[in-house]
Amino acid sequence: MKQSEFLKTVMPFKDKVFRVAKRLLVSTEEAEDATQELLFKLWRNKEKLKDYKSIEAFAMTMTKNYCFDRLKSKQASNLTLIHSNYKENGTSLDRQMELNDSVSKVHELIKNLPEQQKLIIQLRDIEEYEFDEIAELLNLNPTAIRVTLSRARKTIREQLLKQHKYGIS
Amino acid sequence: MELANIEKLLEKYLNAETSIAEEKELKTYFLSDNVAPHLEEYQAIFGYFSTSKQERFTKTIQLNSKKRNWKWLSVAASVILLVSVYSGYENIQQRKAAEVYAQTLGAFEILSTNLNKGNVAIAQLQHFENTKNKIFKQPKK
Repeated sequence: MKQSEFLKTVMPFKDKVFRVAKRLLVSTEEAEDATQELLFKLWRNKEKLKDYKSIEAFAMTMTKNYCFDRLKSKQASNLTLIHSNYKENGTSLDRQMELNDSVSKVHELIKNLPEQQKLIIQLRDIEEYEFDEIAELLNLNPTAIRVTLSRARKTIREQLLKQHKYGIS
Repeated sequence: MELANIEKLLEKYLNAETSIAEEKELKTYFLSDNVAPHLEEYQAIFGYFSTSKQERFTKTIQLNSKKRNWKWLSVAASVILLVSVYSGYENIQQRKAAEVYAQTLGAFEILSTNLNKGNVAIAQLQHFENTKNKIFKQPKK
């Protein structure tokens, strides 16, 4: 596989990899590093890629594993604290989000969800994968995914309603 | 779309029973301007989802790792090392040869001065011969 051919295969899903990595790792820099690392890993194993029926699914699984590993090593070295008050240096998207306060509140709420719920919300509601695809990516059965997703969606909505009511009274 | 229908879809949505197509319907409804006021919170949720999807990976993809550069650097370093060791070796050989040459020259010098001493002695012998010839007559041949 040549470089141009490889880039053509990777182009359609590189943004998805980046967004999933950012959802899990929070910071843009870390997500960029993760994406770079992942694409490089794929490129190194380019000969084996033909054996996978979906390179995208393979890449997403790798992203998930890579990010969970990063999070685990970060927890071990106590870096989680730094991350919880991480300030994003304003991209145009963030500024756009500041305009709509309740939209950025959704961002915060998702950030506080457990890792698995975060990931499933990202894969389903933002990347719009089918349940079967998510099941394959996460190595879980579709029912378990529905249960987790439902819990995440309900939590976001309830928290949002709660904050909204606080704002009024 | 009718409000009752949306409410039904939302119920399904919260239970994670909606299909991708139905979720897209919800997204379109909540991104429009005429959202029912009591469903306002969903506007934020679906609004956030669609803004999030616009985020892009903007860095250039780098497929040559830094590790590989290091490998090439080590190859270059070993070549330089080899060349310098070789030329250093050559240099030492040359210096040794020059030393040997100088020593040989010195030896020849000593040899030649000693030979010259011998020559002087031989010249004196000739002198004896001449004097002897003057004193004793030489038989005619």
